[in-house]
Amino acid sequence: MTETQRVGKGVMNISWGFIWRVLLKAFVLFAAINIVYALLNPLPVLGRLSLYNVLFPGRLRLPYGDDPDRSFNITLSHLDAMFAAHEMQSTDKSEEEFRVLVIGDSSVWGFLLEPTQTLSAQINQKEIKTEDGRTVRAYNLGYPTMSVTKDLMILKRGLLNHPDLIIWLVTLESLPRVSQLDSPFLQFNPDLTRELIARYALDLDPEDGRFENSTFWNRTIVGQRRELAQLFKLQMLGVLWSGSGVDHEIPETYNERLEDLPADLDFHNFMQGDLSANELAFDVLEGGVQATGDIPVVFINEPVFISKGENSDIRYNFYYPRWAYDFYRQELQFQAVERGWVYVDLWDALPPSEFTDSAIHYTPLGSRILAQDIIGAIKEFLQEP
Amino acid sequence: MTLIHILIFSLLVSALVLTASQRWRRWSLFIISLVSVYWLQPAVSLRQFSFWFPTASIGLTVIAWLVTRHREKGLSREDLAALLFTALLPLLISLSRFLPEGWQLTASRPPSIYLVVIVGSILVILGFAGEWLEKWSRLMSVLLAVIVIGVFIVLKIETLSVWASSLLRGVTGQSRNLAASTDLYWLGFSYIALRLLHVLRDYQSGRLPAVSFLDFLTFVLFFPAITAGPIDRVEKFASKMQNAVAPTASEYFSGAKRIVLGIFQKFVLADGLAIIALNSTNAVLTRSVPWLWVLVFAFSLRLYFDFSGYTDVAVGIGLISGIQLPENFDRPYLKTNIGIFWNSWHMTLANWFRAYVFNPLTRALRKGRLKIKPALIILIGQLVTMTLIGLWHGVTWNFALWGIWHAVGLFIHNRWAVFLNARRDRIPSAFYTSKAMRALSLILTFNFVALGWVWFALPSVQMSWEILMRMFGGYR
Repeated sequence: MTETQRVGKGVMNISWGFIWRVLLKAFVLFAAINIVYALLNPLPVLGRLSLYNVLFPGRLRLPYGDDPDRSFNITLSHLDAMFAAHEMQSTDKSEEEFRVLVIGDSSVWGFLLEPTQTLSAQINQKEIKTEDGRTVRAYNLGYPTMSVTKDLMILKRGLLNHPDLIIWLVTLESLPRVSQLDSPFLQFNPDLTRELIARYALDLDPEDGRFENSTFWNRTIVGQRRELAQLFKLQMLGVLWSGSGVDHEIPETYNERLEDLPADLDFHNFMQGDLSANELAFDVLEGGVQATGDIPVVFINEPVFISKGENSDIRYNFYYPRWAYDFYRQELQFQAVERGWVYVDLWDALPPSEFTDSAIHYTPLGSRILAQDIIGAIKEFLQEP
Repeated sequence: MTLIHILIFSLLVSALVLTASQRWRRWSLFIISLVSVYWLQPAVSLRQFSFWFPTASIGLTVIAWLVTRHREKGLSREDLAALLFTALLPLLISLSRFLPEGWQLTASRPPSIYLVVIVGSILVILGFAGEWLEKWSRLMSVLLAVIVIGVFIVLKIETLSVWASSLLRGVTGQSRNLAASTDLYWLGFSYIALRLLHVLRDYQSGRLPAVSFLDFLTFVLFFPAITAGPIDRVEKFASKMQNAVAPTASEYFSGAKRIVLGIFQKFVLADGLAIIALNSTNAVLTRSVPWLWVLVFAFSLRLYFDFSGYTDVAVGIGLISGIQLPENFDRPYLKTNIGIFWNSWHMTLANWFRAYVFNPLTRALRKGRLKIKPALIILIGQLVTMTLIGLWHGVTWNFALWGIWHAVGLFIHNRWAVFLNARRDRIPSAFYTSKAMRALSLILTFNFVALGWVWFALPSVQMSWEILMRMFGGYR
């Protein structure tokens, strides 16, 4: 059989030299595209491109999910992409809107709650009006990791959306200075974290060894393949979000928060008498107040489960020994007075029955009760001269 | 196959193209195919079965060759050498248990060499029983076909596979309570079974040509085609092996292009669409009818790109190794009727069932004593064939209904074509050839196929029915 005979229909008659040249050119092109991509670093811009609020409705809370197949949601670290998928980006703020950003941990995000059952959604369902006739519209900017530095980063980004009021729910577990940078969200955004540390003089390590620092290699397409895949996946999941309104898997059964507790007095390796105000990142909260400028911030000490089970005489719940939490409440009150913060302590606002799998996650009813309390705080704030 | 598998296969075969002579190329393809059976087999919960499943694939293939080979030709030196290599390979793989963790070719540590020797001896005895009992080789071929179909049924019926898993767990000393159908993930058995059945059936009907042991094993276990086809015919494959010459630059280039295209289809398009493709979770949770249609279309495209992508990779690797594998897809979603669709979707599977089920069955019905109308013969033939194609994917009511869905579609199309043909002189030709008619036919065919995937994608008849109803505004 001659070569000409063997060259089938549609197959070009080409030489080995041609193949080597194609391979070489492909390699050069691949390298060049990666280099140009790394130099241009278009990821921040790509993150802002979103089909949410265009083809798909914006999400009611920031993207977060461990199992995209079941929760129709994904965890990513690209802040702009997260905001681009949020309903807050859908339209410019109208004159009739009084915009409230609700910031905090998984209790604000609404772990084990449907998106329409979270604090922000419950606040919106009440359709509160300000004295000048504007409608209070709350946006859920909670994110399920425990760090007020992470909250500050989200708050800073949220300020671009012209809020009128910030409601910031905090709890002791989000405050230990030693664990502030544990959140992968901060580690994957080292530049933004450093900027916060520098701008608000936070007592945190700007050179934390866990930071995923940007190198030329990880700015190439190959280096950013995971981030790019996450952005793509987030867009694709918009189809499932649009069709179902589901953004979180709520199992039919789960392990309830612990009622009987270990006889343990330790809190983040601190024992009674060791914990001082300096070990808690109140400077981050102050940074938030500075960042917001004229926009008022209301700090709320979020409700926690108060156990009546075994060892409840020494611990309130799985997270907190009584001595540590009492110290924290006292200190937060003190800091609020000292620094002139608006502060509402709702630590015992919910009965034990309204907590789900953890000492800070609420049932739908718990969320509604708390929302009512927060509405009270908002109204009180709005009435202040 | 993962990207790593594809990359290594492509590099290995490319190295062969540049270095090996024709004889060594055949041997290399044979060796790579045998070794790949172990390498590609994923880990399973059953202890050491990531070794035993590949070994059983090889064992069944060896026995099939011994039973069906042309005895008048005797065993050539090449046959003996290939047989020796095949017998030694499991021993070699088994010896790798003494290497440090992670150095084994199999997904888990292989079993003790003594066990391998014992099982290997039994297989050799079984194989040579066919040799010694030459006059019973036809019976042996029937027995082997029954075994292959039996194993296939056990693997495809969940209750049976859980039972088999429980039995095997008892043998391996594992907890029977944890038995699951996923324990029996036997790589490529669906395709191996069809190839073996084709060979056994052709042997029984006296159509099987003489094929060397080396070519026979490579045919059944050919590494690019073991996971997802295509399904070649043994005489064609053996002829390609015998006449295989190094691919020309054009063929090599064409093969490489197919691999790249296949990777793009599988790992970009199919895996991207998989996020939103219809499944039991999103089907239940999706409340909006238009988005439900999007999920069904996404499933349709995902399945095509996934399967077609794999085929492109297989055909591409085949091309660069000098073996032209048959095509499996020819733009099926652009076809204008269900008949042409089945001539362009998973073509080698459809051809297999046409050759071994539809044709013999309809022939038997035509020649039978009962006077059955031709239309009824076609209906019976299509129902049986398509239901079996459905059941080949898994023995469940859903797969059976998917097959019946297509059988009914094929029959209706057949009757429609007959109806139109009878009136061809009364209907202007522009009616058939107009772009609008083509577009309408294409949309109708695609939607018929896409709706059929609802049976295929979901685990229960009730769920599939509910989703189909919801897609047309029923229920909720």
